[in-house]
Amino acid sequence: MNAVLLSVLVVPALGILAVGAGAWTGNRRLGAVLGTVFAGVGLFAAIALAADHSGAPWSRLTWEWVPQLGLDFDIGVDGVSYPLVLLSAFLTFLCCLYTVWKGAPGGREDQLIALLLATNLGMLGVFLSFNLVLFFVFFEIVLLPMFAIIAGWGGPARRHASVKFALYTLMGSLLLLVGIFVIVTQAGTGDIIELTASGGGGLSRGTQLLAFTLLAVGLAIKAPLWPLHSWLPDAHTEAPTVGSVILAGVLLKLGTYGLIRVAVGVAPEGAEQAAPTLAVLAVVAIIAAGLICLAQTELKRLIAYSSVGHMGFVLLGIATLTEAGLTAALIGNVAHGLITGLLFFLAGSVKDRAHTGELARLGGLREVAPGLSGLLGFAAIASLGLPGLAGFWGEAFAVYAAVQRDQTLWTVLAVVAAIGAALAAAYLLRMLRLVTHGPPGEAVAAMSGTRLRAVEVTSFVPLAVGVLAVGLLPFIVQAPIGAAVSGILQAISR
Amino acid sequence: MVQSIDHVALLPAYLAAGTAVLVLLADLLLARRAVTFAVAAIGAAATGAAAAWVASLGERETFCLPGGCSFVADGTGAVVAVVFSVLTLGVIGLSWPALRGDAEDPGAAPPTGEYLFLLACSLTGGVVLAYARDLITIIVALETLTLPLYALVGLRRKSVASAESAVNFLVVSVISSAVTLMGAALLYAVTGAVHLDQLRHNLGGPVTDVVPDYDPGAVDLPLTSVAVILVLVGIAFKIAAVPFHAWAPATYDGAPLPVAAYLSTASKLGGVFALLLIAVGGLRPALDRSGFLLAAVAVATMTVGNLAALRQTRMVRLLAFSSIAQAGYILAPLGVFAAAAGREQDVVDAAVTATLAYTVFYVVLELAAFAVVIAVRGSRQGGLIADYAGLARRSPVLAGAFVLALVGLAGLPPGMAGLFAKVTVVDALLEGEAVWLAVVVAVNAVIGLVYYVRVAGVLVRAPEGAVAAPGPRVPWPVALTLGAATVAGVVLGFAPQLVLTVTGG
Repeated sequence: MNAVLLSVLVVPALGILAVGAGAWTGNRRLGAVLGTVFAGVGLFAAIALAADHSGAPWSRLTWEWVPQLGLDFDIGVDGVSYPLVLLSAFLTFLCCLYTVWKGAPGGREDQLIALLLATNLGMLGVFLSFNLVLFFVFFEIVLLPMFAIIAGWGGPARRHASVKFALYTLMGSLLLLVGIFVIVTQAGTGDIIELTASGGGGLSRGTQLLAFTLLAVGLAIKAPLWPLHSWLPDAHTEAPTVGSVILAGVLLKLGTYGLIRVAVGVAPEGAEQAAPTLAVLAVVAIIAAGLICLAQTELKRLIAYSSVGHMGFVLLGIATLTEAGLTAALIGNVAHGLITGLLFFLAGSVKDRAHTGELARLGGLREVAPGLSGLLGFAAIASLGLPGLAGFWGEAFAVYAAVQRDQTLWTVLAVVAAIGAALAAAYLLRMLRLVTHGPPGEAVAAMSGTRLRAVEVTSFVPLAVGVLAVGLLPFIVQAPIGAAVSGILQAISR
Repeated sequence: MVQSIDHVALLPAYLAAGTAVLVLLADLLLARRAVTFAVAAIGAAATGAAAAWVASLGERETFCLPGGCSFVADGTGAVVAVVFSVLTLGVIGLSWPALRGDAEDPGAAPPTGEYLFLLACSLTGGVVLAYARDLITIIVALETLTLPLYALVGLRRKSVASAESAVNFLVVSVISSAVTLMGAALLYAVTGAVHLDQLRHNLGGPVTDVVPDYDPGAVDLPLTSVAVILVLVGIAFKIAAVPFHAWAPATYDGAPLPVAAYLSTASKLGGVFALLLIAVGGLRPALDRSGFLLAAVAVATMTVGNLAALRQTRMVRLLAFSSIAQAGYILAPLGVFAAAAGREQDVVDAAVTATLAYTVFYVVLELAAFAVVIAVRGSRQGGLIADYAGLARRSPVLAGAFVLALVGLAGLPPGMAGLFAKVTVVDALLEGEAVWLAVVVAVNAVIGLVYYVRVAGVLVRAPEGAVAAPGPRVPWPVALTLGAATVAGVVLGFAPQLVLTVTGG
């Protein structure tokens, strides 16, 4: 099993080298294809990780690295991380395939694929790390490749958006670093599993609150939690399609996964003290994002802001600190990754054809391009949380978990969050009305190539199938999560 | 009294001084640039090798009095001496284009013999400093390290900027030396000691077996506080720490590029090590006062350095302000001494280790950055940042090395060495429970990213006029230095424990 575990990280790295070799020999096309093949192999390795899921964790690999800093190369996989590992490998493969097949705006497909693989390497490393310092190292690895994707292939305002993304993210990760070392220096170990099992390594309540606050603020920037979200709309709007897909699909999950695994896991008493604050901010995010989305005039920006709302539900689930809440958060993570990944792919296809994302200039898409319009409708309805599709479970159970806490504050929060879900329905239906219904807008009427292309079908359908699968059979995600989540929560007395 | 002198312990210092003499002789007798160059390079390499060999023999002391020894060849000293030698070797390699001069104006190049002689003299100061353990030897060594640099900075012929920056540097440096000397004199007046061990003891530190009787209350005298502040302020000038930094950007910008590289690496290492020796070694009992000063200087240095770097348009000035900011990170771990929790022995050890380790990571990355600038510019000055536009097209390898060095200085992967440097500092700060200072470091690292990324962006951008000029021809000594520094940066990025182990003493 350890060979598979290691290969999940080694394969993307080899892919980057393959792209480099392609560029070195002057055969960039071959490099791009090889990179995509490696992304595919990486996906297989990720799938193979689940072959043996009996242990707790399923598998683990530990090498000493820098003992002076409490850093071990300590990776492993369990039910909490596995769905996200799979999601990351899956979306990266689709994005590489999309890039190599369809080409990238401005060319240099091989470089874009190398950067996607580098981002993937960092994200997988974050999900697999069982060591706090290693978690931070991988967290940092993600930053520059994603920055380069936005800065190199983004829209007209890419320079501003990419720098804003980099600065916010770096601020977050450095606060994370401080929080991590508050724990490592006090507890004398960076082993996440050990710290979780001992309920925070015997740290005092005050230290735990300090550590949790630093970790949570750092991770909340990534998630992003209102009011630290303002990097997100710019970055998502300006990024190329594959960049937006990876950003929304996986990158935001680094924040929420980190909150569960690291912040709640190693500072449980701190988490208990800070939970009400986190929950209030999460619910404010849901409502604020809903209201902002109602006023959006641009397609990608609307989807970007909707992410803030969806991640609000995930954060609410985490803040409840109950098994139902954390499970809901993890399912919500996966669901949001699939749905928003699909939405950004579709928005990219619409913008490619119509050359605009202005809602006022779109409209009537279902008459001109029924295939695209149908998928967009499907994704939007999944996003608003229709039962039977992936978006429902995470959000419904986050609200349920809040009600279950059975205290006035939590009940009020649950009610407000439910209203937020209704707002989500309102803005997504408004978007559908503006984009797909009505008479064809000027930009839509001028569209060429209205049929879905083979590359689009190949990239979009797996995501749509995933949305349907998680929606109809939520236990495929929930089953591995449940047991692992109770391990994280065992230190929280209730 | 007859002292026995341990010449083995002195071997690295002898070799460094011998190199200086040989360089001068080679230049005089053979007058071939390549030979002089080779003598200097071999001498610097031999010095480093000797320092490593002496360290393998165990700790050796010489020039000892009952109160302590002036010259101690211990592990930490060996690390510093080796780093000095390697940096000097690198700077010698980088000096090749400057010494060969411009094809159009060969007369403007600095004279090879004098240039390399001065560099070897400076190396001698650095090596002696590494082993010096009394106030007077430390100050003399530090002066030996700095004095040749006044001349080196001004050695570009026919250049007013070069002469100006030399005078500027000279005046500031002389004043700072005077301030340090004044502080040392006051310390001697208070304690009657110059050896660091005895100084620490006489100030009321932990009792060791050295001279037992002196006024144990000396540490509380107001005069002691004044002396501590004077000594530290004088050294802060050498490190170019804010508010004593104003000389650095102009001096770097006017000096020949390899001299600027030396100033921002070896010279800075000298200042930092002298500071560690005196503040933590000798003045350990006065850490409650110096700690506050060090914390304030560290915060001011990184903040001012980063903010000023944001506005720079000239490459060397940007690197100068960036190196000021980096000095702030170097000093940051010493800021833990401001709080009582930071003055416990293991925390002090961690802070010293972190400072030294950060310095080592930093000099490697900084040398790599300067190596790229020299590879691109040859014997010319650093020029505008805009002059580097399109480097990624003309010479992807150079641009890649530059980005790696800059990103490392920013503390981000793939510049893993820089990442671990920052991690080491934060670790040390939190050992001392200085959370506020760790957050200040974090905020500063974010500001720093802005200008590092800006430079990296310029490299990728197409140049104005879009003429696809071929990449610069890089002479092999520069290429070798650049390659070695880059490889060292990558290796230390994956094996930071190498640095942490040796600096951990």
